[in-house]
Amino acid sequence: MVKPDLINSLYVFILAAFIGFEVIRRVSPLLHTPLMSLTNALDAIAVVGAIILAGEHKSTLATVLGTIAIIAATSNAVGGFIITDRMLKMFKSSRTQKP
Amino acid sequence: MIPGTEHVIEITYIVAAVLFILSLKWLSSPTTARRGVWAGEVGMVLAVAGTLLYHGIVDYKWIAIALVLGAIIGVPLGNVGMTAVPQRTALSHAFGALCVTLVGTAEYYLRAPDVPPFMMSVLSLEVILGGLTVTGSLMAAGKLQEILPQRPITYKGQNFVNLAMLAVAIALAVRLVLHPEEMVLYPFMVGIALVFGVMLIVPIGGADMPTVISLLNSYAGLSAAAMGFVLNSKLLIVAGSLDGASGFILSVNMSKAMNRSFTNVLFGAFGQVQPAGAAAVEARTVRSATAEEAAAILSAANKVVIVPGYGMAVAQAQHKVRELYDALTKKGVDVKFGIHPVAGRMPGHMNVLLAEADIPYDKLLDMDEVNADFPQTDVALVIGANDVTNPAARTDTGSPIYGMPILDVDKARTVMVIKRSMSPGFAGIDNPLYYLDNTLMLFGDAKAFVGSIVREIAGGGGHG
Repeated sequence: MVKPDLINSLYVFILAAFIGFEVIRRVSPLLHTPLMSLTNALDAIAVVGAIILAGEHKSTLATVLGTIAIIAATSNAVGGFIITDRMLKMFKSSRTQKP
Repeated sequence: MIPGTEHVIEITYIVAAVLFILSLKWLSSPTTARRGVWAGEVGMVLAVAGTLLYHGIVDYKWIAIALVLGAIIGVPLGNVGMTAVPQRTALSHAFGALCVTLVGTAEYYLRAPDVPPFMMSVLSLEVILGGLTVTGSLMAAGKLQEILPQRPITYKGQNFVNLAMLAVAIALAVRLVLHPEEMVLYPFMVGIALVFGVMLIVPIGGADMPTVISLLNSYAGLSAAAMGFVLNSKLLIVAGSLDGASGFILSVNMSKAMNRSFTNVLFGAFGQVQPAGAAAVEARTVRSATAEEAAAILSAANKVVIVPGYGMAVAQAQHKVRELYDALTKKGVDVKFGIHPVAGRMPGHMNVLLAEADIPYDKLLDMDEVNADFPQTDVALVIGANDVTNPAARTDTGSPIYGMPILDVDKARTVMVIKRSMSPGFAGIDNPLYYLDNTLMLFGDAKAFVGSIVREIAGGGGHG
């Protein structure tokens, strides 16, 4: 028997994938580099799994791996948001640029 | 624990998921894009804060240390120069995948030997995709940073070796699904995935990087979504699917822009464009021009389209290009930029470099927009781009890039190409564009040459 959890997860996955396709299709090629750095930063949400792993202390291995995982994900979140914002700040229209 | 904390955590996750979707929605236009970053940041902080309330956490010491260390590493990674963005992005794919692979591995050893088949399936998917993305992305970053040789390294039977490795990793995964207690197999599965990642990128050359980075992006997202299944975290599934979808769309875009089918993206992209056989190069003549002549032609034009490529990034010429844009605009010349989807080393690379040089984004046109403009264009100025302007892609069925959509610069009245020498570009394909009657070759370093054109224009052509 399949657990209801799993079915729920599959629903979430399918719906999120559709939303992702529809939303991201609309992103102009102009912003494809910031798009990649932003989705990367959002992907760092994996840190929540790592935090629980490192905090639960169920085994030394889990704590060590969890701690390293937090470092990797946090650096992605912090660095990803900073660089995305830096890039987007540079995109100016010629209308707003005129003195 | 305070009663109701569970619900508080769930609510922070739901709000974060909504903010993540809004974040990407707002990114669709440059006017709202920065709001998108803000939404993402708020969502991230909320979700992390919510997680810290989780009752199962018995010790915060390592969490705190890791969060601080991560932030310390993240700040410089967020402040690299714009030309280093492709390798930074590759590196962040590696970090994201590393997090996922480590968490997956820890979960396996916590649960083994009692891992239900479905759980073991997604967990295997998570660590195989994660593992190959870690090493694959590190390889890509190394090539982009030029720590590793940029040239593709190929050998006979490469595809067979790679596919065989992948098959073995999958076979181990299947065995683990059926017998999760055979814990000795697990390290082999992850190990093979790690080696596979390296082997996958070995044959990749610089020109294929936009596709490969997008593909690795997609893998990183999918592995995070798989991790969401393992941990039963809906938020992670949402974020992972968004990232996976984004990488997938970009991969498809890039493959279309290189005229490759989707299966070719998944497997063939890892092969290599066959170098054109030592074609009998006839003694064809090219016409070259000096900066002075180029300046005179550009000043007399009504409409100029500049086509930048990776060569502009290498020469760091974007700021000189901005000066040229200013000088010509001041003379009343209409200057636009034509950007090919695979120009540069990652999707959108050229746009970021030109935006950094303060060129307004409404002057940056994508391939379809600008191709309609070329017949009415007086001068097409190609700076450091080669294959994406090669007319052989339209006409020569024998050319390795036949069928690839290109920028039709040859339809402009005059084409000027800034190039160091006549040596063929990265893919080793000869470009008939250079021998056309309306083409002028400007030999020299992109930055220096554009600089001298700017000086000539500013001098009002008084020297000639």
